[in-house]
This record gives sequence, C-alpha cells and structure tokens, in this order.
Amino acid sequence: MTLAVFFGCTFIAFGPALGLFLFTVLRDPLRIIILIAGAFFWLVSLLLSSLVWFIAVKASDPGDEPLQKGLLIFGVLFSVLLQEAFRFLYYKLLRKAIEGLVALSEDGCSPISIQQMAYVAGLGFGLMSGAFSMINLLVDALGPGTVGIHGDSQLYFLTSAFMTMVMIFLHTFWGILFFHGCETQRWWEMAAVILTHLIVSGSTFWNPLYVGSLVPSYLLMFATAAWAYVLSGGCTQNLLQSLRGQQSETSPQPGS
Amino acid sequence: MMITFMNSSDSEEEACNERTSLISVESPPAASYQDGLQAPEAAETQTYRKRHTGGSCSPSDADSGNSDSGLPVRDIAVDNKEEELTLKYGAKHVIMLFVPVTLCMIVVVATIKSVRFYTEKNGQLIYTPFSEDTPSVGQRLLNSVLNTIIMISVIIVMTVFLVVLYKYRCYKFIHGWLILSSLMLLFLFTYIYLGEVLKTYNVAMDYLTLFFVIWNFGAVGMICIHWKGPLHLQQAYLIMISALMALVFIKYLPEWSAWVILGAISIYDLIAVLCPRGPLRMLVETAQERNEPIFPALIYSSAMVWTVGMAKQDAASRGLTQQTWDSAEDVRDIHDNPAYVESEISEARSPAPTHPTTSLLEELEEEERGVKLGLGDFIFYSVLVGKAAATASGDWNTTLACFVAILIGLCLTLLLLAVFKKALPALPISITFGLVFYFSTDNLVRPFMDTLASHQLYI
Repeated sequence: MTLAVFFGCTFIAFGPALGLFLFTVLRDPLRIIILIAGAFFWLVSLLLSSLVWFIAVKASDPGDEPLQKGLLIFGVLFSVLLQEAFRFLYYKLLRKAIEGLVALSEDGCSPISIQQMAYVAGLGFGLMSGAFSMINLLVDALGPGTVGIHGDSQLYFLTSAFMTMVMIFLHTFWGILFFHGCETQRWWEMAAVILTHLIVSGSTFWNPLYVGSLVPSYLLMFATAAWAYVLSGGCTQNLLQSLRGQQSETSPQPGS
Repeated sequence: MMITFMNSSDSEEEACNERTSLISVESPPAASYQDGLQAPEAAETQTYRKRHTGGSCSPSDADSGNSDSGLPVRDIAVDNKEEELTLKYGAKHVIMLFVPVTLCMIVVVATIKSVRFYTEKNGQLIYTPFSEDTPSVGQRLLNSVLNTIIMISVIIVMTVFLVVLYKYRCYKFIHGWLILSSLMLLFLFTYIYLGEVLKTYNVAMDYLTLFFVIWNFGAVGMICIHWKGPLHLQQAYLIMISALMALVFIKYLPEWSAWVILGAISIYDLIAVLCPRGPLRMLVETAQERNEPIFPALIYSSAMVWTVGMAKQDAASRGLTQQTWDSAEDVRDIHDNPAYVESEISEARSPAPTHPTTSLLEELEEEERGVKLGLGDFIFYSVLVGKAAATASGDWNTTLACFVAILIGLCLTLLLLAVFKKALPALPISITFGLVFYFSTDNLVRPFMDTLASHQLYI
C-alpha cells in the first residue's frame, strides 16, 4: 500500500489503454469525441442497470443472504446485456453520424470509417468500464493499510489491475466484432460478443480463485484479438512483416 | 463582472452575466445587423463573415460580395468549401473547448481533494443569508430555495445593470469595474489560495518571495487579460481565475443551495440568452451591431485572432503569426473614435479587399475559426464537478461521471451552435446532464459498484 503499488497497478491496468489512446486517438479530434461519447453511453447503461438492481434490492429483504447473492448475479447479467444493447444503440448513432459526415464532405467519403469508429467506441467503453472499476481501488492503494488482513486474498490490487486491463482490451475487441457483425448482418458475431461478455463476467464469480477468472478471460481476450485482427483485414503475413519492421505494398492502409 | 467579496462588502457579484453564453467567432450577424448596415467597411465585413458561415449564406449575398464582385464564381466555390470546412473544423473546435474546460476542472478537483480549506465550512456569502443548519428537511429545502432566489436576483440585477451601462456606452465604468474585479481575483484570491496550498504542504515562504511571486503573477495577468498578451498565456490566466472563482463558490455556498443554484442558473441562462428581451442576448446583439468584441475579461476565446493592428497592411502581408487579442484596445478606443475602430475591425477581419491574394485569404480562413465560451460557464462547470468531488461519498466515480456528462453536454451544445449559428447558452444541457449524473451516480451506481468491488466482480 504505497506509491509503488499505486503506480504499478495504474500502469498495469491503464498502461496499454493509455498507449492506444496516445498513439491512435489523440491526434484526431473526431476520434476523441467518439471516445468520450462511447464512455458516456457505457455510463448510461451502467446507470440504468444500477437503477434496476437498486430497486430490486430495496424491494427485497436485506437480511436474506442467498436472495441478495441471487439479485447480485441478476444485476451483473442484466448489466452485461444492457451494455451490449447500448453498444448497439451507439452503433446506430455512429451510422447516422457517418451519413452526415459523408453528406457534408467534398469528396463523398467520410473522414473516418466505421471500422475506426468501432475501435474507438470499443476503447471508450473499455476505458470507462476500467475507470469505474479501478479508480477507487487505486485511491485506496495510496493510503495506509494491509491488504487481505482479514483473511482475504493479498493479491487483491494486482489481480484487479490485471482484470481491468483485460476488460479494457476485451471491450475494444468486442467493439470491433460487434460493429462488424452489425455492418455485415452476421448475427452470430454479435451473439458471440454477448456470449463472451457473459462468460467473462460470469468467470469473475470465481474470484478470489483467480485461476478461474483471469485465465479464461485472458484466453478469450487473445481469441477475440485474433478474430478482430482478421476481421480488420490483417493476416499472419502482415503480422510477421510488421514484427520484422518491413513495409509491404499490399498491406491495408491505416487511413480511412 | 466577477467577484464577490464574501465577508465584506460592497463589490457586486457578477459571475454570470454574459459570461454564460457560447458564441462562435464566425457566427453571422443578427437580423438587425444584416439589414441596417450602411457603411461599406461594415458591409465588407458582413460579406466576409457570411462567407465563412457556409451553408447559411443566402445566394444573393454570396454573389454580390461587393469587394470581390469580380470573382463571383470563386465566392460560390468558397462557400461550398466553407461548409465542409465548418464541419471539419467543428470537431476541432469541440476539442479546443474540451481542453480548457478539462484543465479548469482538474485544477479545481485537485485543489478540493488536497487542500482542506476549500471543503471547510467557514461562513456563507451575504448573498445566501439563510443557513442550512436546521434539523428539519423541509426547513432546509425552503432555506436553500430562498438562498437561490436571492442569488439569482442579484445576478439578474447585475446583468441588467451591465447591459444598461453597455447600451449607454459607459465604457469607462464597465472597464473600471472589470479591472477592479480582475484585480481582486488575481491578487487577493491568489494570495489566499497560495497561502492555503503552502499550509497544506507545510512549506514555508517568506513575505518577500510571496510579494514577488504574487506581484508578478497578478501584474502579468492584468496585462494579459485586459491588454495584449500571448494567446495561450491569456487562456491560462482565464482558466486560473475561473478555477479560483469556482473554488470560492464551492467553499461558501451551502450544500443544498449550491445544487439548487446550479439548476436555477441554467434556467436563467437559457432565458437570458434565448429570449428576445433577455439581457445576455441584448448584450451580444449590441456588441455585434456595433461590431465590437465583447470584453476580453469575460470570454474565453479559443481562436487565434488575426489582428492586423492599426491598419498595418504590411503586417498582414508579412504573415504574422503572433496571436494577440486586441479587443481591449478597441474598447478603449471606442469611446474616442468609433469610426476608426469600425474600420480597424473591418481591416482586421477582411483585408481581402485590399490584398486579394488567395494564399492570404486561406491563411485568414485558417486563423479566424474559433469558438468563444463565457467564463461563467467554466466557473459553473467547475463548481459542479468540484462539489461532486467534495461531497460525494462515492468519491471518484461520481466526479468522473459528472466530468463525462459535462463534456458531452458541451459537445451537444457546440453541435447546436454549428446548426443554429448564433449565441447559445452553454449551461443548460451540461448542467442538466451533470446534475442528473451526480445524483444518480451517487445514489444508485455507488452501492452497486461497491457491492461488485467487495466481491471483485466485473461487469
């Protein structure tokens, strides 16, 4: 519980996301706006799901432990579904925005493509989700205390940081997958996103048995990363070439 | 028109007169301005300005651009390009306002979280005389509503007074008032702030150093805000005084009164800017009629204003990149020489008639775009976020939620500005979102997230 823990956990949780933000989003004002609007949509979905859970809890008996546990599970599942619903709504909004941008541009093409919007929207969702999960913990990590003094896990901060990082990545990839599914009318991609989100959130019920939650989440994260990479037009050849630092003339342009 | 002395006196508090309006630099002139102008320079300005507002130009105006009447085709082409540029630059404007609003909020939240002074209750402003220490909820609510009524009435009176002064051209009085209030903010409040920060971090500073630091800070601030200075320095000073003012409000407004005042101020802003007889609207329209910029001490401008100075043509052709805000000079000169200032402004805004070089025109197009936001908006956004940081038991989640809500509200307001192209109130949408998110996050989301965190669940 020192500055070391604070900085360590901050950079574990938000370092990759910060890198993504700095190198891909910061330069373009339109992307910053889409990011913040994505964060806003996630926030609204959280608000509505909290409202539902709050009403359910207030209407029930607070002393009944299994009921409260059940309501919590219900709250988590409902929140996941609502987040995906708001992702769909955000997709609709961005579609309309692209039509507006196309109409107002001089050469008939929008300054930003739906794939880029999908990436930025996913990143916005992820950042807000990570911030809400992690910031209070980080502030607590600055203060005095001993982790797990009452018999809980001593790795609480560290595992929370890793979980936050994987959630941010997952939201980003889910954004890409989901928007692609909406664009190409492949409902099973959207269903896959919802299913993996439910699996990841459900796996956190294994905490503090971190093997049960972190390992599946990371495996799913790598799987969705590969899938999103393939959907965005990448292939193993490009990957190997970029790792070797070579430029290929057949590689897809990073612009719109 | 800022300040307020809390414990003493006479100085009026005018935190949000015309500061709470949001206008775009390239907004087209109001209806009266469109019809009634006879002076050729003013007509040039009108054409030039209208050329920049893209789609809202009427074809007749575009074609009859009097100074460039020899190039009507280019006008139309420029119009279409302008429309696209308007929206392409639209996102940039939003970011140009996001950054200072974010900075102001960061300063306020950082101070609130670290310096205890601004969260301690040490009395109240004379504008909120009713205390909230009563045991019953109804009494407390009544007191806060009464406080709000008094505060809003004070603000209305001050705004109307300012508009009356402006209409009757009592510029020296207004200028003196503005200078006095900036003096108070830059010296007295900075001194108090610095003292509290030093106390918090237990750092000793002798009076000589203190005097030196505060004198330099204040003097440079006065020069930057009221006269000339580098744009970024002026923007930084405006952000700092907004943050200081917001901190004063956070400290001295009682709990419930602060929230009710925030709500009432947004409604007042809506009425004052949009109603035809609203004081802020009259102020903006009068300023546009007279072709004068509104006082620099009240407005944050994100644009790089191209000032050709006192009709120096060679300066324009040299392509100066110095960005200075020359309006203070204009305000001073207005009293002496209105005609001179008009021509100066038309020189500043449309040297194209005298230098019809395409490259210069394009440079000017680049430079003149920008949005202005009143300082009152900065102050009240920061008050909301600061209060959320100070009082919310959900801590940082609530602050973060309010921050995002205010930014989205600002984004929507700017979108409406791009659509309607006239002065709009910047408070209502953002403050409404902010209030909704504050209360809902504090009461609904916080228990949910706390329960999730205690079980280490992730959604």
